[in-house]
Amino acid sequence: MYQEVILDHYRNPLHKGLREPFEGEAHHVNPTCGDEVTLRVHLEGEGQDARIADVSYDAMGCSISQASASVMSDLVIGRSVKEAMAVGDEFLALMQSRGRDAEPDEDVLEDAIAFAGVSKYPARIKCALLAWMAWKDATARALGEAT
Amino acid sequence: MPGEIVLTKNATEGINLVAYAMSNAATAGPEAERFRVGPGDEVVVTEMEHHANLVPWQQLCQRTGATLRWFGLTDDGRLDLAELDTLVNERTKVVAVTHQSNVLGTVPPVALIAERAHRVGAVVVVDGAQSVPHQPVDVATLGADFLAFSGHKMLGPTGIGVLWGRHELLEAMPPFITGGSMIEVVRMEGSTFLPPPQRFEAGVPMTAQAVGLGAACDYLSEIGMDRVREHEETLVGYALERLTEIPGVNLVGPGTTEARGGAVSFTVDGIHPHDVGQVLDELGVEVRVGHHCAWPICRRYGIPATTRATFYLYNTLADLDALADGVRQAQKFFGTA
Ligand SMILES: Cc1ncc(COP(=O)(O)O)c(C=O)c1O
Repeated sequence: MYQEVILDHYRNPLHKGLREPFEGEAHHVNPTCGDEVTLRVHLEGEGQDARIADVSYDAMGCSISQASASVMSDLVIGRSVKEAMAVGDEFLALMQSRGRDAEPDEDVLEDAIAFAGVSKYPARIKCALLAWMAWKDATARALGEAT
Repeated sequence: MPGEIVLTKNATEGINLVAYAMSNAATAGPEAERFRVGPGDEVVVTEMEHHANLVPWQQLCQRTGATLRWFGLTDDGRLDLAELDTLVNERTKVVAVTHQSNVLGTVPPVALIAERAHRVGAVVVVDGAQSVPHQPVDVATLGADFLAFSGHKMLGPTGIGVLWGRHELLEAMPPFITGGSMIEVVRMEGSTFLPPPQRFEAGVPMTAQAVGLGAACDYLSEIGMDRVREHEETLVGYALERLTEIPGVNLVGPGTTEARGGAVSFTVDGIHPHDVGQVLDELGVEVRVGHHCAWPICRRYGIPATTRATFYLYNTLADLDALADGVRQAQKFFGTA
């Protein structure tokens, strides 16, 4: 489960730290383990075509949740909201695959493909998804959608 | 005494039964007087309770306007009893305390607390979910008025637990769950109820689970609960020794086997408890990680979670060697040692 990619992101997380400006912020907690993330999204433009100019976060938790926040932010920054949501859906599908017949698309998921092994451990899937969920939430807020 | 054993779904339900009976006492007859709780009254718990012996009391206070108070913890994982006489006072209606912490392993001096509680007329509710499976428990010596535990933690099935209550209290206590099997006479205008324990066992009972729990009790009694405790004391002593000799390992709980049961929680510098647990899991060592349904303990010690090893009669010293070796491997893997 602990791919070298995951450990690298865990030791040297990308985009970490809370930054300004931002239009949406979300705080997510995993109540079964106490992992926490506060995440901000800075968008340029409107609606689904808005460009994700920055994702910044402060997170506390295990290597999986920390590395996932790093990988996620690096994947979505620079994309449009619509494109990034599609990547998020692909990642969610990978996490729900229970380690079976998953054929994750490496072109879409890039480093996030390293989390494939996590899907075999139901207790850890939430760790890998925590930052993604916070990002979706923060983005919805930035776009002014009620969540 | 016959009639003192109420079958419940689990310890959680047993504790809720008492907490809800106490709010139902507000509208029950005069015999339920001593269970009434309201504004100005106090309910005392501890900071080391499992959520099952904390949240029901928070909720009772919310429903009735009573005030929740609690014993804090010392740095070495014991109950801080310095304020015993002020915390448990003439306003106290209930003192709810664990007999063995599922996180720290601590066995608090329940008898001492119960003595003070009874002097001020409070009811003593003991969470025996961890003590009943692991040590001989005598409710009289303990000074308990109620004691709850679960079958699945003592080699029995899930879906069954016990609420033991002192007969005169059960006699006077109003029901929680009502319906079939617990009534005496039913008319459209109202109903009367059976004596305990039936009054508290509404609906078709979980007969299969009850037989299973009975078999588990017989099995444990045959082995002898004092021998179970002795065995676990040996394991705990060895676990404490093997774990504390590893640099970077921090115990969360008492460092000696005195008044302590077989749950050993710890953190490892630089490695999140979940990651410690995952490495151990891959090595075939089963531990639990998280806040173990006792979140305030983690808050008290400023940690997000712990890794926790627990023992029972089937564990061996070799298991603990595997545990200690596994922790060292996790340190190597994450490059912290
Ligand atoms: C100390 C303690 N109290 C209460 C409980 C609740 O037990 P159950 O979930 O079986 O009701 C547990 C176990 O989870 C426990 O360890």
